[in-house]
Amino acid sequence: MTTAVAEERETYLNAGHGVKSWLLTKDHKRIGLLYLFTITFFFFIGGVFATLIRLELLSPHGNLVSSETYNKLFTMHGVVMVFFFLIPSIPATLGNFFLPLMIGARDLAFPRINLLSWYLLVIGGLFAIFAMVAGGVDTGWTFYTPYSTSYSNTWVIATALGIFVAGFSSILTGLNFIVTVHRMRCPGMTWFRMPLFVWAHYATALIQVLGTPVLAVTLVLVLCERMFHIGIFDPALGGDPVLFQHLFWFYSHPAVYIMILPAMGVISELVSTFSRKAIFGYGFVAFSSVAIAVLGFLVWGHHLFVSGQSLFAGMVFSFLSYFVAIPSAIKVFNWTATLYKGSISYATPMLYAFGFIGLFTIGGLTGLFVACLGIDVHVTDTYFVVAHFHYIMVGGAIMGYLGGLHYWWPKITGRMYPEGWAKLSALVIFLGFNLTFFPQFILGYLGMPRRYHVYPDEFQVLHVLSTAGASVLAVGYLMPLIYFMWSLKYGAIAGRNPWKATGLEWQTESPPPVHNFDEIPIVTREAYDYSGTVGQEVQVG
Amino acid sequence: MSFRLFPVEASSISAEVDQLLFFLLAVAAFFTVVIFAAILFFAIRYRRRSDNELPRPIHGSIPLEIVWSVIPFGLSMVMFTWGASVFFRERRPPDNALPIYVVAKQWMWKLQHPEGQREINELHIPVGRPVKLTMTSEDVIHSFFVPAFRTKQDVVPGRYTTTWFTAIKPGKYHLFCAEYCGNNHSGMGGWIYVMEPQDYEAWLSGGTPGATLAENGQKLFENLACANCHKSDGTGRCPDLTGLFGKDVKLADGSTVKADEGYIRESILRPEAKIVAGYQPSMPTFQGLVTEEGVLQLIEYVKSLGPNPGAGQAEGLAAPGSR
Repeated sequence: MTTAVAEERETYLNAGHGVKSWLLTKDHKRIGLLYLFTITFFFFIGGVFATLIRLELLSPHGNLVSSETYNKLFTMHGVVMVFFFLIPSIPATLGNFFLPLMIGARDLAFPRINLLSWYLLVIGGLFAIFAMVAGGVDTGWTFYTPYSTSYSNTWVIATALGIFVAGFSSILTGLNFIVTVHRMRCPGMTWFRMPLFVWAHYATALIQVLGTPVLAVTLVLVLCERMFHIGIFDPALGGDPVLFQHLFWFYSHPAVYIMILPAMGVISELVSTFSRKAIFGYGFVAFSSVAIAVLGFLVWGHHLFVSGQSLFAGMVFSFLSYFVAIPSAIKVFNWTATLYKGSISYATPMLYAFGFIGLFTIGGLTGLFVACLGIDVHVTDTYFVVAHFHYIMVGGAIMGYLGGLHYWWPKITGRMYPEGWAKLSALVIFLGFNLTFFPQFILGYLGMPRRYHVYPDEFQVLHVLSTAGASVLAVGYLMPLIYFMWSLKYGAIAGRNPWKATGLEWQTESPPPVHNFDEIPIVTREAYDYSGTVGQEVQVG
Repeated sequence: MSFRLFPVEASSISAEVDQLLFFLLAVAAFFTVVIFAAILFFAIRYRRRSDNELPRPIHGSIPLEIVWSVIPFGLSMVMFTWGASVFFRERRPPDNALPIYVVAKQWMWKLQHPEGQREINELHIPVGRPVKLTMTSEDVIHSFFVPAFRTKQDVVPGRYTTTWFTAIKPGKYHLFCAEYCGNNHSGMGGWIYVMEPQDYEAWLSGGTPGATLAENGQKLFENLACANCHKSDGTGRCPDLTGLFGKDVKLADGSTVKADEGYIRESILRPEAKIVAGYQPSMPTFQGLVTEEGVLQLIEYVKSLGPNPGAGQAEGLAAPGSR
């Protein structure tokens, strides 16, 4: 992998050899790759659970696995995908790799803490894997009390400890990003010249640092009640079970924005690069990220509309939830407007960007349904909600992640991926995704509850469609795994700037040298200024 | 195998929720079409024709930003207001509703009618009459979900939650547990039978309940020797319960509390939590001595003691099927 790329030049890939040079590296680019391997591993574990769930649901009678096993499958699918894939996905891989490059820095502010954060994710992951191998956990990824504290007979403690430890990984990454953005920008890189990817990661980091400690506290309280029977959540011990839901969603709703904001940052880069135009309304897109991060902390109670929370609280949380819709809408409109009179390329990353905008639009608009009190009472805890959040987390976050991975793959490895296969996989993923999750909206409104192992016959047709879609989706996800590996050896040499993009990361070599830039760049122009990037210019528009 | 794309509308609120849904669907479809069409049109119209193209930069437009912020915000406020008004009606039972008591446990629903009938995983109700459920759980959180009624309410241990509906169409409808509750969560379902009033009356008189809920409560009240202190002439060590239900009670700390189901339940299980002004905290807890169903019977007995505007005795002991 390393020797094939470099001729003579020293890159971050060939600067050291052997396992030790990777496991003790302080280079943000190598740490980004360590994260990439780790989360890819977890993605496929989570994917195996998803596959088994979809296979089971082909039949309404629950005859593939037992109810105990089924409950463990959806729990572990959620735990792995949320805490060990989606939360670290874009920030810890692409963010780690490119945030310093994009602001002209040689590394993150705290390289050792960066390495520590990867170890924390691995240690947390080992706890989770231990729990899975030892027998699994069946509480749902939401750990609702008092089921998780007093009733479940599964590996709740090991799993919660794993999430607790992995949470600190997320906190440290966020802390590193905040300090880096404040202190490490190169000369001339003012706040309003920063790429929108950096703005999105800054907003994400705020949530990671402010929200994750609440999750840590909540998990400790769960452990206290489960291990020492200290009454906090279980009414039999004098506790309040709904208190848990408030604490849990105080983190876990903003956590959705930890997943989607970095993807939005990626999409801003892709839309600009592949229409070769400055992002329409840069300031609005930048501040909408911050607005989403801040407002995201005020809406947790919309998960509790039927929990017994007061009417008034339900009303306030519904009202506030609609405020989050506005900055999200602003982004979608600005991306679309950026295409106007652009020079639009159909390269694979742009196909993912189109896919993201489409699926996020549907995911976001169905968010209006679940924020609406009268409708949420009917659809909460049904497949409607399952479909809605998969449109955001899979249709949004994973499309953004894959789009970004294709976009920056030439910079990371120095090699191009095979364009034809990549386009095909983008199409397969888009179609497979919609076939999997669109029927679930209908299922949900019909009343099919989530987390059901056995279900009434009348829901079977839609479940079969969904499983068919999941099979297509699985093929779509396996393709990049194969052709990315293929490209390491056989891909065309990429050169510095294959897309003629504007970011500082494209001004250095591919793959970059250990210290990113031979000379620290000096920025004199705003982000996305394409004048002078294309050689012989042909003016259009 | 039956197959449908839209659920039946079987309660008075169903059509309201569906109209709200259609409004949101229309808005969502409009924006989806606008965005998809714009992307498709721009992507084709402005496709890259040579690799050296350089479009003129456009940096933005404040008027456009205002337009596409204000219009969605206005629409979302319509959604909020409409949704909240449906929710308020969904959550506020009318005074004349037929009370049904629900105790959930892993993995079954136990339902009691005021006339004394008990059901498991089945609920028979008359068409056209509001029904109010007062619910609690013996273990974990469950959720009472009837898709045909468009209603759902979590059932939480340690407290009462309520919901209500008026069925408008006789038939047999799914009851689901919607909150994950352990191994047999997906098996914790049942049926709601909506019957014509005369069929409901026949069903009520068909069973042999023996005693009404309040009568069972009275027996329990005697067995637990509650009357030793709660004397009906007001001379006991504890407050007289006659006419208590629904009234405001002055507490020792100066505050007042409404004597509803939740207050009575708490006073039985955690009597030290709220002390009535002028009384000593002398009552022992009955936690562990009386089941959740027993507590509900005691509440129904307290309701039957004396006058109470609206619901109460007249309602609880009404003849089957009468209004």
